[in-house]
Amino acid sequence: MNNQTEILVIDDEVQIRKLLEITLESNGYKTFFAENGKEGLLAAANHQPDLIILDLGLPDEDGQIVLKRLREWYKNPIIILTVKNTEEEIVKALDNGANDYLSKPFRTQELLARIRTALRNLVQSNDEPIVQFGNVSIDFTSRIVKLKEEILKLTATEYNLLSILIKNEGRVLTHQYLLKQVWGNSYSDQTQYLRVFVAQLRKKIEEDPNRPRFIITESGVGYRFNTS
Amino acid sequence: MKTILSQIKLKNQYLICVLSVSIVASLCLFTRNFLDHKVVGYILLVVVSLLAMFLDILPVLLSAVLSALILNFFFIQPYYTFHIYSAEDTLLLFLFFIIALINGVLTHKIRKAEKKLQIKEVRVNTMKLYNALLDSLSHELRTPISAIMGAIDTIQSKTVTISEENRQKLYLEIEKASLRLNHQVENLLNMSRLESGVIQPKMDWCDLKELIYNVLDHLKEDLLFNKVLVDVNDNLPLFKLDYGLTEQIIYNLIFNASQYTPKGAKIEIKVEYNPDVDFDYNPDKLMPCVITISDDGNGFPEEEIDKVFDKFYRLQNSKTGGTGLGLSIVKGFVEAQNGKITLENEEEGGSVFKIGFPVLVMNTAAISNE
Repeated sequence: MNNQTEILVIDDEVQIRKLLEITLESNGYKTFFAENGKEGLLAAANHQPDLIILDLGLPDEDGQIVLKRLREWYKNPIIILTVKNTEEEIVKALDNGANDYLSKPFRTQELLARIRTALRNLVQSNDEPIVQFGNVSIDFTSRIVKLKEEILKLTATEYNLLSILIKNEGRVLTHQYLLKQVWGNSYSDQTQYLRVFVAQLRKKIEEDPNRPRFIITESGVGYRFNTS
Repeated sequence: MKTILSQIKLKNQYLICVLSVSIVASLCLFTRNFLDHKVVGYILLVVVSLLAMFLDILPVLLSAVLSALILNFFFIQPYYTFHIYSAEDTLLLFLFFIIALINGVLTHKIRKAEKKLQIKEVRVNTMKLYNALLDSLSHELRTPISAIMGAIDTIQSKTVTISEENRQKLYLEIEKASLRLNHQVENLLNMSRLESGVIQPKMDWCDLKELIYNVLDHLKEDLLFNKVLVDVNDNLPLFKLDYGLTEQIIYNLIFNASQYTPKGAKIEIKVEYNPDVDFDYNPDKLMPCVITISDDGNGFPEEEIDKVFDKFYRLQNSKTGGTGLGLSIVKGFVEAQNGKITLENEEEGGSVFKIGFPVLVMNTAAISNE
């Protein structure tokens, strides 16, 4: 990358800020910091960072509200880094427009991987005609999915689910979101469909469907498509 | 009996006293011609003593007074007056009254002392539990913290030079210690969630096969030296359970098995259900779903099996580590979903945890054709 990627960290804990400063700077990112929601919103507007890491437990304002306010205009990835790891809180953050979440305590390697994925999606446009992962390739123009050069027979629903997952690679998609996108609004609480079709898709594209490499379960929250 | 009666309201206690004294007295009235009034005095004394065993002091005193009056009025000549002819009878009545009073007061005192002792016992037990908690907690939290602080001190030390290899070892120790710390904090948080009663299971369709393999994936580092067998039907139906709670239940059980079985031990996970589910989905019918997690390790000491689900309970000969919270969290999370958990030893060695849930079950064949 020509110009340094800029990351804004909004977190009130000085230890976390220090840790992130060292970790991110030594991985070649330029960092800015804010200690609370107000400062964070201001810094985001001033610096227009390429990515924001946001803590949900801020001293002045609920992180969810800061997230909502950011999403009114900010289009780049936002990764949530929080001690609040209940399913409700995570789903709410994703619904409010977060791209990803990581609960504290976290491993920095994991955080760096998530940052890379989020930034990659930012640079790459998501409408490449052919996407390849593992032994599987998917051609969006002809709607053909191949496994080792052999055409995979997918039902219409399976294909829709797979293409939504791939187009949002690296991002956690909530059950509700997937159900609405693939089956329609009235299906948003019919999790059984998702469970069945994810299992079916895994049988077709994963080498070992019980230990999936691509379609990753995010417990109680949703699914993530992973190619790395 | 004692506890039931002592919970009776004071007003009702007075009523009981008046009634029992009057009833016994009226029964004695029929025998007035054959029985000496001294015998009636003894009978009434027995009544008062019995009342004293169960009731409060004031109602007992009332019954003592009442029975003395009745004795005088109905049984000591002349009848139906409070006059007494003989000095002997006056003395008798006086003695009767004194004995009834002493009886009541003494019994009351004994019971009071008993109660005090009970309260003290409860307090001692609570203290014991609290101390056990503090002991295991301070040990479980301080050990990893010491490891972290010590390792950092050594790494930072300016007076000694440590080899690169040792430095890496210290880093590894710091990592292990923080993982352990995190595990304990997670347990404590789960326990306090249970204790505060805020757990409201969010029931949704779960693919138990996916859930089990997901847990195994999280635990793969801990399971390096175990043989893991998953015995789950390929066409397992969906069960309506709380995904997060069930995941934690299975995680804790498999984690335990990985920690407390010898190297190379087999751990088996099985899901069984009622095959009737294959016909059609009934949204009102709860059916059994049984998850079994067994190992061929050493099993649990028979005499301690009943206690393993107790909070802070740790096996007598347990190796270090653990707060005794893991299994009680499992039990709490199972019960939060109306399930039941049992533990048994297998005859040929090893232990079997069986979890039974009454759940809604959905066969997936109807959905998958779309």
